[in-house]
Amino acid sequence: MKTTLTVFFKEVRENLRDKRTITSALIYGPLIGPLIFVMIINTVLTRELNKADQPIKVPVIGAQYAPNMVDALKQQGLLPQPAIADPEAAVRNQDADVVLRIPADFGKSWRNGETSQVELIYDSSQRDTNSSIERVRRMVETYARHQGAMRLVARGLAPTMMAPVSVDDRDQSTPQSRAGQLFAIMPYFFVLTIFMGGMYLAIDLTAGERERQSLEPLFANPVARWKILLGKLGAICVFSLTSLLISVIAFGVCGHFLPTERLGMVLNLGPSFAGQVLLIMLPLVMLLASLQTLVAAFAKSYREAQTYLSILMMVPALPSVLLSVMPVKVSGWMYDIPLLGQQVGITQLLRGEPLTALQISHCVVSGVLVAAVATLVTAWVYRSERLAISS
Amino acid sequence: MIEVKDLRKYFGDVKAVDGVSFTARDGEITGLLGPNGAGKTTTLRMLYTLMQPDNGQVLVDGIDVARDAQAVRRQLGVLPDARGLYKRLTARENIDYFAHLQGMSDTLLRTRREHLIKALDMGDIADRRTEGFSQGQRVKTAIARALVHDPRNVILDEPTNGLDVMATRGLRQFMRHLKEEGRCVLFSSHIMQEVAALCDRIVVIAHGRVVADETPDALRAQTGEANLEDAFVKIIGSEEGLAA
Repeated sequence: MKTTLTVFFKEVRENLRDKRTITSALIYGPLIGPLIFVMIINTVLTRELNKADQPIKVPVIGAQYAPNMVDALKQQGLLPQPAIADPEAAVRNQDADVVLRIPADFGKSWRNGETSQVELIYDSSQRDTNSSIERVRRMVETYARHQGAMRLVARGLAPTMMAPVSVDDRDQSTPQSRAGQLFAIMPYFFVLTIFMGGMYLAIDLTAGERERQSLEPLFANPVARWKILLGKLGAICVFSLTSLLISVIAFGVCGHFLPTERLGMVLNLGPSFAGQVLLIMLPLVMLLASLQTLVAAFAKSYREAQTYLSILMMVPALPSVLLSVMPVKVSGWMYDIPLLGQQVGITQLLRGEPLTALQISHCVVSGVLVAAVATLVTAWVYRSERLAISS
Repeated sequence: MIEVKDLRKYFGDVKAVDGVSFTARDGEITGLLGPNGAGKTTTLRMLYTLMQPDNGQVLVDGIDVARDAQAVRRQLGVLPDARGLYKRLTARENIDYFAHLQGMSDTLLRTRREHLIKALDMGDIADRRTEGFSQGQRVKTAIARALVHDPRNVILDEPTNGLDVMATRGLRQFMRHLKEEGRCVLFSSHIMQEVAALCDRIVVIAHGRVVADETPDALRAQTGEANLEDAFVKIIGSEEGLAA
C-alpha cells in the first residue's frame, strides 16, 4: 500500500508540472466537447428556427398562368421570384433550393375541372433543402385542398365528403425525450474526455518512462511490480476522473445557453444528471486506464504508443455509431456491456427517465469486473522481462 | 558479497552470457572488463534481477536471486546502464522517491540523502530539476538515488561512460571510498586504464564467457605483458583465436 501510494503521489506531482498533460487532461480534453456541442447545436437551431419564421423565396415559372394561386401562396409566406431560364441546373448548382413551374395549360385544366399539374423542381441530395421543399409542397397542397372544398360547396356537397378519414397526431414524446434524441452523441463525448484525460499519462508512465530509461532503475527497487503498476493506474484514473468532472460541469453550464426551449425541448444537465453520469462512468475510468497502460506497455516508444492509442480511441465510438445507424430496442442485457451500458444509460438520462438502482448496479458491477480483468492482464504484461529494457 | 555460478542467458541463437562464474568480495572493487557486446550488461542485469538466467545461480550475501529477488534487491545499490532520471523532479526529489520505495523512514532518509549529496559534491544542483543536467550531474544523481538505502553491495554499469576527466576522477574517488567502507563494489567497463586504476580483481569477459579472473598483477604476470592494455588485448585475442 505504501509503495503504491509513493508511486501514485510521485506520478501526480510530476505530471502536474507538465504543461502538455495539464492542457490535454484538464483544459482541452474536457472543454472541447461542450464547446463544439454548443456551437453546433446553436448554429443548427438558430438556422432551423429562422427558416421556419421567415418568408421563403422561390422562383416561379409561369406565374402569369395562375395569378390566384400565386396570390394565395404569397399569403402563406412564399415570396415569388422572377422566372429563371434553366431551373434544373439552378437547383443542382444550389442557386435555388426549389423552383415552382406552372404549365401554360394550367388555366384550361382548371376551367374544365380537371387536375392541374404544377412542378416542384429540386435536388433532394443537396443538404438543407428538405425543409424548403416541404414548406412549398404544404403551401400548394393547402391551396388545393381549400379550392377542392370550395368546388364541393359550390355543388351543394359537404367538404367532409372528400375526407372520409382524418388523422389526428398524438405524439407521446416529451420535451425531454426529444432533447435526448438530439443529444445522442453526448455519451461519446464523456468517454472521449476520459480517454483524453488519461492518455498522456498512460503513455508517459509506461512507454515514456521506458524511453527515458528510468524504468530499469525503478524496477531495481525491492518492490513488486504490480504495486508500482497500481500506483501508476491510480494517477491515470485521478487525471481522467478530474477531466470527466470538468466536462460534466461544463456541459451543465453550457446547457443553460442552448435555446432548446424554443424547439419545445427540455435539457436537464443538473446535479442529479451529473451525479449519475459520474457513477456509471467510474468503472470506465478504471477500464480505460488499464487498457491504455496495456497498449502503451507494448509500444517500443512514446510515438508508437501514441499511434496505438489513437486507434484504441475509435473503440469507444462503436456503441454510439452502432446505436445511431441501427435503431435497436434497448434491453436489459445492454447495461451489462461496458461502454454500451454507459451509452444507453446516459441516453436514458437525457430523455428525462431516471436510471433504476438495478440498472446502475449492472452498469457499475460489469464495468468494475471487466476493469479488474484488464488490470490483471496489464499486471501480467508488466512482469515481462522485456518491459523494462529500453535498449 | 556477490557470487555468480555458471550463469547463462540466450536470446534465440545468440549466447549473450554463456557460463559466467566469479565472486565479488566485500571491501574490494571488482571490475568486469570486456569489449562492447561481450555480455557485461546482460550479466549485471541478471544480478540485479531484471532478467532471469536460463541457467546458473546468483547469491548476494548468501541470498539466492531465484529464491527471493526482492530481498536481493534490498541488498543491492544499482546504477544500471539506463540511468534515466525524472526530469520534472529535482535531484532531491529523485533521491527521495527511491528512498521511499526502499521503505526508509523520513529521518533516516534525510541523513543518508544529505550525506550522499555531500559525498558526491552535488549540493549546488540538489534543488534543481534534473532536466538539462550535464552527463556528470545525471550520473551523480543516479548514484545517490541508487545508494540512498545504504546497500552492502554496489553494482555500477559503465559508471564513467560519457563523463569528463574531472567527473571521472571524482567518481573513482567515490568508489574507493565505498570500498573503504567495506562494501562490495562491482562495476563494468571497457576501458583498460580505469579498471587498472581501481580494481582489486579483474574479471575479463569476452563472447559471454570469463576468459580471466585475476588481480591486476597476476594478469600482467600471466600474459607476460608489462602493461595491462597489452595483456587485455592478448587475452581477448587469444580467446578469439581459440574460438575460431
